[in-house]
Amino acid sequence: MRLPKLKIMLELLKQPWHWSIAGLLIGLTVPLLYVIGNKPFGISSSFRHMCAACLPSSASYFKYDWKNEKWNLFLIAGVVLGAAFAANVLGNTEPIKIADTTRAQLSQLNITDFKGLDPTDIFSFSGLLTLRGFIMIVVGGFLVGFGTRYAGGCTSGHSITGISNFQVSSIVATICFMIGGFIMTNLLLPFILKL
Amino acid sequence: MVRADEEGKNNLKTTETLADNLKYLVVGMLMGIVFVKSEIISWFRIQEMFRLQSFHMYGVIGTAVVVATIGTLLIKKFNIKTIYGEPVVFGIRPFDKGNIIGGLIFGFGWALTGACPGPMYALTGSGFYVFIVALLSAFLGTYVYGTFRDKLPH
Repeated sequence: MRLPKLKIMLELLKQPWHWSIAGLLIGLTVPLLYVIGNKPFGISSSFRHMCAACLPSSASYFKYDWKNEKWNLFLIAGVVLGAAFAANVLGNTEPIKIADTTRAQLSQLNITDFKGLDPTDIFSFSGLLTLRGFIMIVVGGFLVGFGTRYAGGCTSGHSITGISNFQVSSIVATICFMIGGFIMTNLLLPFILKL
Repeated sequence: MVRADEEGKNNLKTTETLADNLKYLVVGMLMGIVFVKSEIISWFRIQEMFRLQSFHMYGVIGTAVVVATIGTLLIKKFNIKTIYGEPVVFGIRPFDKGNIIGGLIFGFGWALTGACPGPMYALTGSGFYVFIVALLSAFLGTYVYGTFRDKLPH
């Protein structure tokens, strides 16, 4: 019987994937993109292409042939579609299992929804209308867009692709990403979450 | 001045057709699936990481770096060409102050949204549609950076 085997496969795929599988597949993307098209893996450059394609500007930063970079827009369109497929077809039916200490600390900071990948207390359209939701989504998004481009890359472009190419700038940038994240999470976020 | 060797830069000389570009769509789809299934797009997972309460994110990023480094070294050592027959270009991005200042700013945003750029797209696809707002805000952030780039320390 082949059918039960397929069912077992699907059940396996529906469970959360181990970090080593995810790391392996994300890591393989780097040599794959080099070989299939001479492309260094990086996602935050799509922000720049979006601006260059959609917004009027006289800034030299947006004066380049963005159409020559359209592969990057295909890549992110794929990310959106793949994520939709995974969430709807391969979605995990159980609530996310996060560390007990993290859960306890976040509960004290007025997070109540621990069912999905993100707490809908904050990351929903009703959450957006709260002060803390606005800060985390709108201000947070702005800082990601401003910071990644100022740094010349994000987690994919610097921390994975750049470090794999032994770039000093990428090692420094990655250390700064982490320092920024530690400061925000441990020093500022406790106040923001209580707003 | 625009640095020519930035992340994400197309280094292929051959012009690719629309059909050629579909392969990047497929790679993106696989990544979107991995992002969701390994839960790295989760704000909770990012909180665990920055609170040093779980190994998950360190495991994913660490493994990815090791695999990418081995892959890159193999391409360099065996001089592996692209499928178009061109040699692979490895641009080096020189260090500047932006790596530090911009890096810290991105770190703040990463902890707030619980998402770096790839996961922001993936979260939108997975049904957290409010991340469209986060993405629009990120585009605005990039627009502001690009506009004032010459006045910022680099």
